[in-house]
Amino acid sequence: MSMHGPIATHRSATGVPTGRLGTWWLLASEIFIFGGLIACFILFKLNGTPGFEDASLTSVTAGAVNTFVLLTSSLSIVLAHAAIEKGDQNKSFTYIWYTIGAGLVFLGIKTYEYTGKILHGHTITENLFWSFYYTMTGLHALHVIGGMVIMALISFDIRKGYNYQRVELIGIYWHFVDLIWIFLFPLLYIANF
Amino acid sequence: MSQAAAAVETGIHAEHHEDLNFLHKYILPLDHKIIAMQYIFTGMIMAIIGGYFAYAFRMQLAFPGELVPGYGLVGPGEYNMLVTNHGTIMIFWVAMPVLIAGFGNYLIPLMIGCDDMVFPRINRLSYQIFLVSALVLILSFFVKGGGFGGAWTAYPPLSSVAEYNLTDWGSSLWVLAVALEFISFLLGGINFVTTAMNARAPGMKMMDIPIAVWFIVIAVILFMASVGPLIAGAVMLFMDQRIGTTFFLPSGGGDPLLWEHLFWFFGHPEVYVVLLPTLGIVADIITVFSRKKLFGYKTVLYTAFATGGLSFVVWAHHQFIAGIDPRMANIFVVTTVLISIPLAEMMFSYIATLYGGSIELKTPMLWALSFLAAFLIGGVTGIYLGASALDVYFHDSYFVLAHFHYTFFPITIIGMFAALTFWFPKMFGRMMNETLGKIHFWGTFIPFNCIFLPLFFLGLAGQHRRIYNYQHFPDLATQELQNIRIFATVSLVVMLLFQLVFVYNFFVSMFKGEKAPDNPWRANTLEWSTSSPPPHGNFKKLPTVYRGAYEYSTPGREEDFWPQNVAPE
Amino acid sequence: MSEAYAHPNYVKIWFWLVVLLLISVAGPMLEIPALTIITAFGIAVIKAFLVAANFMHLKFEKQIISFLLILALCLLGVFFFGVAPDIMMTDGDQWIDCIADKSCVEQRL
Repeated sequence: MSMHGPIATHRSATGVPTGRLGTWWLLASEIFIFGGLIACFILFKLNGTPGFEDASLTSVTAGAVNTFVLLTSSLSIVLAHAAIEKGDQNKSFTYIWYTIGAGLVFLGIKTYEYTGKILHGHTITENLFWSFYYTMTGLHALHVIGGMVIMALISFDIRKGYNYQRVELIGIYWHFVDLIWIFLFPLLYIANF
Repeated sequence: MSQAAAAVETGIHAEHHEDLNFLHKYILPLDHKIIAMQYIFTGMIMAIIGGYFAYAFRMQLAFPGELVPGYGLVGPGEYNMLVTNHGTIMIFWVAMPVLIAGFGNYLIPLMIGCDDMVFPRINRLSYQIFLVSALVLILSFFVKGGGFGGAWTAYPPLSSVAEYNLTDWGSSLWVLAVALEFISFLLGGINFVTTAMNARAPGMKMMDIPIAVWFIVIAVILFMASVGPLIAGAVMLFMDQRIGTTFFLPSGGGDPLLWEHLFWFFGHPEVYVVLLPTLGIVADIITVFSRKKLFGYKTVLYTAFATGGLSFVVWAHHQFIAGIDPRMANIFVVTTVLISIPLAEMMFSYIATLYGGSIELKTPMLWALSFLAAFLIGGVTGIYLGASALDVYFHDSYFVLAHFHYTFFPITIIGMFAALTFWFPKMFGRMMNETLGKIHFWGTFIPFNCIFLPLFFLGLAGQHRRIYNYQHFPDLATQELQNIRIFATVSLVVMLLFQLVFVYNFFVSMFKGEKAPDNPWRANTLEWSTSSPPPHGNFKKLPTVYRGAYEYSTPGREEDFWPQNVAPE
Repeated sequence: MSEAYAHPNYVKIWFWLVVLLLISVAGPMLEIPALTIITAFGIAVIKAFLVAANFMHLKFEKQIISFLLILALCLLGVFFFGVAPDIMMTDGDQWIDCIADKSCVEQRL
């Protein structure tokens, strides 16, 4: 147990460590942000709003590869957590950087997709489908970037030998980002009817 | 908690709470008490701006077309900007920061007996984001075109198309400020809930937590669960304004009704988000000053749960005339009327607490009692508006306006004064002047009723909201109606002048008041067991809790109170 | 601070997730819309469940967390079904199915 911070942080009346409880509350509120956006998207889609047939123009291959990349990064961050539980700093450090690398690959593919779409004239203002496409994937990409930055900070911390518990916390957050993508993928890429 | 764990806690204690220089103590604090003061003072400064706006547009209504002393001429666009920002400021930058963030920050760690919030740095960050949001809002008044004037509900397309609202940047900055404020309170909220769930003092069971803490936590959970869709909505609205998307524009396949739903799905729980902290604070105050156990602690708590749950299924009663599906309107009428049941039950619990108590009419108690009386009027008039058939007539009239001022004024202003006068000795270590406090109380409460009671009649006479000059409407331009408007405005000016008494009392007492003992009100909760003001780290020795928060006048005890941390003999 | 879990076999979970991904990509190739919905969204739910239970350790977490998340999803459901009747029927004049009324609206437009 690290000795930083107030006593309050080290109490655990629920039995869930404070950091983890806080992370879960954060994710619960994120559910509403993404959930609200996805709900609006589904409402418009079910309503047959013109433009939503453009879902067939998104590249299933790119989306599927990105899903694969994110799933794999989830595996590597959970392995980083398993490693740090055994106290293996170096292994955990390596796995965290694999995860960051996967995040970069994800963003690279995303950029490639965006560029292609914009060059074909499918900009954010073309119709509601593309507005939602860029807003949802953009908000998701911001979460990916944020997660990568925090991961990098944590990776140096654990090398110096403190804040081990944070690997699990960023892991939970990263899995959540993965989860969002798991739902965005069928919504934006597969379901084009 | 075992002896060993307690020893570990002492070890941490020694490391953490050292003396700090001015910058780290007051500008970049980690101490929850200082952060609470930052929130409260920022909120009070914003309240002055909001009050000034109210003064300007009320003067315009009473004396249309004349120069307002201290403001100037109020044109139609400016009038819209004033009412919009009055509403926005009073709810998002006064009620939220003072009641939830301010008193939540101050009370939660002290009342549950721990040394700080669980995430002090997130706490500081959340205040800093809040401060930025306030500055962005103030900035929006000064950009080209002036501040946003599309009402605090910001319905598109008025809010999303610059050609309609004529405040191109004002409206974008407004949306940005509101979104930042939401992010700030989300971060703060995570902190509050986690603290209350995890950091309770050893021995404090769920049913030993003071009602004020319970209610602030429930309010925060309501906020976190309702604001998400609106954050998404604010992003969408911002993109409609700046990038040219059409999420809420029918011309591009969007739907303006969607924004109304996103807004009110948050907007209605928001009413309970600000109401519950005040109800909790009032519960604590009336038990202390009637020297009686709270009548039905569990009942009060469960009614709060019921209120919170129901508050998620009533939002569409704000949209009865917006063209929503009438079958849904029926459902929302039923739920809206239902929600008055738990609240009425809570009121009865409070009144039953007063019954047979030995009531001391100190200033905080006067505020608490006036809250019950005023909120009762607000609640009862709400039942009229909840019925969709009546709402067709009442909607957007001054009846609605008077109704929600009879709820929000008690919640925000009366609640704030109740809490400030009650915890002032703890916050600053000095007592406030009772006589001045009572003068201020009567000087606020009587004019408050004189402002808003007449507005009910104006509303029944058909006076519509958000119109800058009623002289343009022959039916509303009569002398009788104008006299009522003048009466309300004069009452407002009187009320604002009486606030000077409070400001004087507040600052003079802070520095020159009589020294306050640790427990001036002979109350039970843990914050009164430490020194006034509490040191950094709150308690010399962290308390252990042995009983509930409301053991007043226990039979067989000499003293009429029994603090939570006193070990049984 | 973290207590030792009986760790699931993470690689095995990852393998199943990839298999599910392949199925959901292959689903639309059969060109049966009903089946596509099942393969796309049914599998998304299964994948989400697998990730949440194993990678996020919900299987081992205190029940209060699962309760919290389920409550969040239920409230989203309330939001969705409360809004749906309005957004799904943008007929201009939703509740009166009356031709005279519609023509009246059209005249004013």
